[in-house]
Amino acid sequence: MLSVKDLVVNYGAIQAIKKVNFEIHTGEIVTLIGANGAGKSTILHTISGIMRPVSGQVTYLDRQIQRVAAPKIVQAGISQVPEGRHIFPGLSVQENLQMGAFLRKDRRNIAQAYEDVYNYFPVLKQRRHQDAATLSGGEQQMLAMGRALMAKPKLMLLDEPSMGLAPIFINEIFDIIRAINAAGTTVLLIEQNANKALSIANRGYVLASGEIKLSGTGQELLANTAVQKAYLGG
Amino acid sequence: MQTFGQQLINGLSLGSIYALLALGYTMVYGIIKLINFAHGDIYMLGAFWGYYVINQLHFNFIWAMLSAIVFCAILGVIIEYFAYRPLRHSPRITALITAIGVSFLLENGMTYLFTANTRSFPQVIKTVTYHLGGLRISNIQLLILGTACLLMLLLELIIKRTKMGRAMRAVSVDPEAAQLVGINLNHTISFTFALGSAMAGAAGVLIGLYYNSIDPLMGMTPGIKAFVAAVIGGIGSVPGASVGGFLIGLLETGVQAIGLSAYKDAVVYFVLIVILLVLPAGIFGKKTKEKV
Repeated sequence: MLSVKDLVVNYGAIQAIKKVNFEIHTGEIVTLIGANGAGKSTILHTISGIMRPVSGQVTYLDRQIQRVAAPKIVQAGISQVPEGRHIFPGLSVQENLQMGAFLRKDRRNIAQAYEDVYNYFPVLKQRRHQDAATLSGGEQQMLAMGRALMAKPKLMLLDEPSMGLAPIFINEIFDIIRAINAAGTTVLLIEQNANKALSIANRGYVLASGEIKLSGTGQELLANTAVQKAYLGG
Repeated sequence: MQTFGQQLINGLSLGSIYALLALGYTMVYGIIKLINFAHGDIYMLGAFWGYYVINQLHFNFIWAMLSAIVFCAILGVIIEYFAYRPLRHSPRITALITAIGVSFLLENGMTYLFTANTRSFPQVIKTVTYHLGGLRISNIQLLILGTACLLMLLLELIIKRTKMGRAMRAVSVDPEAAQLVGINLNHTISFTFALGSAMAGAAGVLIGLYYNSIDPLMGMTPGIKAFVAAVIGGIGSVPGASVGGFLIGLLETGVQAIGLSAYKDAVVYFVLIVILLVLPAGIFGKKTKEKV
């Protein structure tokens, strides 16, 4: 579905991504794990069209998208749930979700999209008229995911969804990621919580200093001693 | 009591002009964090546009107003495109200095083309003064107040109810997230400049009618006062700009009424200093708190 080939991205004067290659097949959950500063978010921002690569290709459904602008990427079916949630404060929960459907023209199906989101996250329905800024961190994460779902993405990019959340929320978020995937959305998951991410992923890549160091199925990487040492506290 | 009522009427008329101008400052600041110092000059160009279409093309008031709105909206978009867009990723001070440069260009360009002479604005509507229990209200004052309130209401509807309005609000709180839901930043910024400049154009025609005289430097002082109004209301806040505009108008006429006409400008700046000291976020400014 998506393949990244020889991707090089600079972040200011620093080469943040050095010739990265990976691919995602339709229906998979793929995870990119790595320490802070390994370049994970830079890769997502490049796919989303917010950053431009120096060289390399991003191919999505047989189309090169590395120079395509952000709104067109969303339109093509790639939605990102950014690191730190980035919900819109001052807008209600429902208005935040409405923003997620910004580019959709099929008005009838949007009502259904709200229902779907509220099914995944019943708490958002309870709080739909509340200012999004008053939600707890976990609820804001749910809202950010709900907002991305409103665009009806084929591929969902999740950037550190567990960051700063209480363990009970983390489990819930990961269950929902699995449910979203089971309902037909392909998922690219970026995580520092490698244990959790690898346990739900079909395949994973380990990123360090802007390069892919290792790859394999979720289970293989979980069992890998180098991965255990570096990322799983083993 | 009678003088008070009279000054209230005068203050509200003048204030509604400041409010229209302040809205442009606050919306542009809200969306790209730029104090657009050329905003007062767009208002001047709106007044000149009105002057020409009424004199040369014999437009009536409504058409002069509508065409000035469209003219200034286009002008605002062009200025943003050529002057500010290339600096989108530069430090904020660069854009600020550029705005001052654009302001000088417009003022001196107009002086060069049309001379610095003051021109009398054509009286397209005959002034009629009504006497209401000792108070004098002119039809022009009512027209200014009515038009300004109508435009503000329209703006509120655009911001709250339309898709572009929602995009503006989203970009002003979080440009990155706005892009991630598919909002086109450039279109949204152009739209904001168009709206703000349209308000300034309307204000230009209204002030022409009110004061009867226009000149290429007429935008400087009202521009700065409207900026003060936006700061008092809380820069970035749309209701704040309206309220701030009315407050400045009332303050200015009030100071004149007690016989301190010479200090009417100084008082406005004094209030700015006081507000910045005691209420830096302005009346409607939000104290943002981040949730972790």
